[in-house]
Amino acid sequence: MAGNMNITLKVWRQKNAHTKGKLVSYDAKDVSPDMSFLEMIDEVNEVLIKKGDEPIAFDHDCREGICGMCSMVIDGRPHGPKEGITTCQLHMRSFKDGDTITIEPWRAKGFPVVKDLVVDRSAFDRIIQAGGYISVNTGVTIDANAIAISKQDSDKAFDAATCIGCGACVAACKNASAMLFLSAKVSQLSLLPQGHPERMSRVENMLQQMEDEGFGNCSNTGACSVECPKEIGQEHIARLNREFIAAKASSENV
Amino acid sequence: MKLDSKIPEGPIGEKWTKHKFKLKLVNPANRRKYDIIVVGTGLAGSSAAASLGEMGYNVKVFCFQDSPRRAHSIAAQGGINSAKNYRNDGDSVYRLFYDTVKGGDYRAREGNVHRLAEVSVNIIDQCVAQGVPFAREYGGLLDNRSFGGAQVSRTFYARGQTGQQLLLGAYSALERQVNEGTVKQYTRHEMLDVVTVDGVTRGVVVRDLVTGEIESHSAHAVLLCTGGYGNVFYLSTNAQGCNVTAAWRAHKKGALFANPCFTQIHPTCIPVSGDHQSKLTLMSESLRNDGRVWVPAKPGDKRLAFDIPESERDYFLERKYPSFGNLVPRDVASRNAKEMCDLGKGVGASGLAVYLDFADSIKRLGEDAVRAKYGNLFDMYAQITGENPYKTPMRIYPAVHYTMGGLWVDYNLSTTIKGLYSLGEANFSDHGANRLGASALMQGLADGYFVIPATLSDYLAEIGPKAIDKTHPAFAQAVKDVQERTARLLAINGKKTANEYHKELGKIMWEYCGMARNKEGLQKAQKLIQELRADFWKNVKVSGEAGELNPNLERAGRVADFLELGELMVVDALERNESCGGHFREEYQTDENEAQRDDDNYAYVAAWEYKGDNKPEELHKEDLVFENVKLTQRSYK
Repeated sequence: MAGNMNITLKVWRQKNAHTKGKLVSYDAKDVSPDMSFLEMIDEVNEVLIKKGDEPIAFDHDCREGICGMCSMVIDGRPHGPKEGITTCQLHMRSFKDGDTITIEPWRAKGFPVVKDLVVDRSAFDRIIQAGGYISVNTGVTIDANAIAISKQDSDKAFDAATCIGCGACVAACKNASAMLFLSAKVSQLSLLPQGHPERMSRVENMLQQMEDEGFGNCSNTGACSVECPKEIGQEHIARLNREFIAAKASSENV
Repeated sequence: MKLDSKIPEGPIGEKWTKHKFKLKLVNPANRRKYDIIVVGTGLAGSSAAASLGEMGYNVKVFCFQDSPRRAHSIAAQGGINSAKNYRNDGDSVYRLFYDTVKGGDYRAREGNVHRLAEVSVNIIDQCVAQGVPFAREYGGLLDNRSFGGAQVSRTFYARGQTGQQLLLGAYSALERQVNEGTVKQYTRHEMLDVVTVDGVTRGVVVRDLVTGEIESHSAHAVLLCTGGYGNVFYLSTNAQGCNVTAAWRAHKKGALFANPCFTQIHPTCIPVSGDHQSKLTLMSESLRNDGRVWVPAKPGDKRLAFDIPESERDYFLERKYPSFGNLVPRDVASRNAKEMCDLGKGVGASGLAVYLDFADSIKRLGEDAVRAKYGNLFDMYAQITGENPYKTPMRIYPAVHYTMGGLWVDYNLSTTIKGLYSLGEANFSDHGANRLGASALMQGLADGYFVIPATLSDYLAEIGPKAIDKTHPAFAQAVKDVQERTARLLAINGKKTANEYHKELGKIMWEYCGMARNKEGLQKAQKLIQELRADFWKNVKVSGEAGELNPNLERAGRVADFLELGELMVVDALERNESCGGHFREEYQTDENEAQRDDDNYAYVAAWEYKGDNKPEELHKEDLVFENVKLTQRSYK
C-alpha cells in the first residue's frame, strides 16, 4: 500500500526481574500510518509468534488513553514524541519511513521490570492505600446537592483527578519522583470540602509511603508535567507542598 | 430445571424494601469468619469488594490487570443516570424504571429494573461523598445532561470521563479497605475455574500471570464481576483484555447463561481504518446532545461534507423520529446508520460511516463551549483519524459496545450455582434487549454498593461460618484440569496465532450475528464457528512457556472460550424468532423497518444450560411478567 513505512525497532528485552536485559533489533515492515503504535507492535509480535520466538511483552488494555496501563519510553520519552497522549493513542503517522525507534520500559527503582517492557507499578496502589481516599462507608444518606462546591474548585479538582496512574511522571523524572502522581490525588481531595477532615494525615502518610517505595523527591524540574498524558500541571505539586507544610505545622506525627 | 427469579411479591414500589427486611443478616462479629472472593475490579467488583470489606467480611479481590483501577469501567465516557429529578423536568423513580423497561424493548424483569431506579439516587450521594468531581453549575450544585431514550435530563457526568471518576471513587474505597486489612488484593491474576463441591461454590482457580503458577482459593461465596463479552466480535469498544473466560468457565460448571445474543451495537464509534485495527473507539452518546447525524441525500454522493448544501443532506434521525431526534436509543440509531450505508449513502473512503456534525452547535454556543463539554473526545478523535472535528464533521459508524446477556441471576444476583453470584455487565439482569445510555455505570454500582451487601448476607447466614475444607479433592482436581488445559494449548504448536483465529471469529460474528441477523446466515455461522473451533485445537500456535508472564498464552485461552460462546450466541439468536432491541432478525420487522417483537411467544429470558463439549445446550425459559408497564410497539417518533 502506498505510504506504508519500514521501520527498525530497538526493543528492551528482559526475561524477568532477575536477569539482565538488552536492546534487540526488529524490523517492522509495511507499517500503515493509520496504525496505532501498539498495533504496530502487535504485528511484529504476530511474526515472532509464528517463528516460535517469544513476543515482546508490554502492558496495554483499553487502547483509548484512559486505563493508564500502557507504558513505554519511546526514543527517550515516556509515551513517545507527542504531548498529552498515552502510547496507545500515538499513531504511526507521527513517524516516517526508515526511522529507527528505541523502546524501553519505565525505569525507576520503584517500578521494577517484570518482563521486557512490563514493570511492576503496585507501589502506586500502596501510595493510594496510605491515604488517597475519603473515609466514608457505603450507605451515605446526605443528599448529593447538600454540599455546594464552587464550579471553579470543582473544575480544578477534576483536572487533578484525571490522573490515570500510568507512571510517566516517574519515568520522566531524573529523581524518579512520584510527586506529580501524589499531588494529583492530594490536590483533588484538598480542593473538595469532603476531603478536608483528613487532609493533614493524608498528605503526610502518602508522602511517607512514596519515600518508602524508593521514589525520589521533587526538585522542580517539571519534566513530569511535560510528559504527563493528562497534562497535570505543576500547580498541583505546589498545592501538595502547601498542604504538607500546613500539616507539619500542626502535626502530631513529627 | 425450574428457574425461580425470586422476585418478591407485592406492589412494584415496595418489593425491594420488603425483601430487604425479610433477608437474614449476619451479626457484625461473625462477618470476619466468612471468606468472600470477588473477581474483577470494575465498578461492580470494586464497589462490592469495598462495601463487603467495610461491613467486616474477609474479602479477596482478583483482577488480571496490574491494578484494580485499570478495569474497563474506567473508559465509560458519558455519564450515569439517576432519578434525582434535580432539573424539575418530570423525572421520578417510576419514570426511570419505565424508560429502562421500554428502552430494553420489554425483555427485562420489572422487579430488577425498579430496584435499579430506586437505588440510583443513593449512588450519586455515595459518589459525591467519596469526592467524585461531577460536573457542577455556577451555583455549586450538580449539573445534568440528556441521554438517548429519555425526555428528561437525568444523566450526571464528569466531562467525558465519568467512568474513570466513578471507578477511581470505588477504587479508592477499595484501597482503603486493603489498608484496613479487610480486603486482600491479587493483581495480575486471572480466574480460570470455579471450584464446586456437590453443586455448591467453594472457591476458584486462578493463574498468577507473572509466575504462571496455578493456585486455588477457597471462599464461602464467589462474586463474578468480570464484565461483558463484546470482544467475541474481535473488534469492539472493549479493552484488549476483556474476556468471557471467568463467566464461561462458571457456565461450564453449571451456571446458566442468559440471552447471549443480546448485544449492543453502539451507533457512535470511530470507523474501521484497516485490517491492522485492534479495537474500536467510542465517541460518547452525549455527543448526540449537540451533534447532528446526517448523510448525503443522494446515494453515491462523494463530495466533501462542506460542499454538500443543506438541501442535499438527510438528517435521517431527525426526519424519522421527530420527538427524540438524534437522541433515539442506541439500537435504533445503529440500525438506521447501517440502513443509510446499505442504501449507498455512507461517507468516507469505506462508505461505512455517517456524519456527526457539530457545526450548528459551534455556531450557536461557540467553539469554547463545545470544547468545555467534549474536549477530550474531540482530541481523541483527532489523534485517531488525523482530522479536526471542530472544522469537519466526525465520521462515525456503529460498533460492538456492550452485552446485555450474561450469567443468569435471580433477584438476589445468585447464579444457578449456589454461592456463585454475578454482578454488573457479567450478569444479564436489568437491560433487557437494549441498554440505555448511562445505565451501565448505574447498574454496576447499584449491584456492588447496594444490592449484593443486602442479598449476600441471607445466603451466608443460611450456610453458616464453618471454614471451607480446602483439602477436599475438588480443589486439586480443578487445579489439575486448568494445568492440563494450559499444557494442551502450548503443545499444539500449529501454524496460526490465537489472534488470527480471534479475527476470523469476529468476522463471522459481525457478518451473521451483528446488527442484523437472519436464519440462513445464523445457520451458516454456526457451522463456520464449529469448524473454526475444531481447527483452533489442531492448529493454533502459542509460543513461550507456562511458568512465566505469557500474554500470548492468556490470549489463546480467552479465544478458546470465545469460540464456544460464539456458537451459543448464534444458537440463541436462531431460537429467538422475533426482533427486539439489539437483536434484529430481518425476517421480523414492521412496515417501517422497526423491530417486530412477538410477545405471545418470546416474552421470556432464554437461559442456556451447558451439557458437555460439542453437545447442544439445553434451553430453559423464564417467563417475563409485566404487571406495571404495558407492552407496546416502542415508538420514538
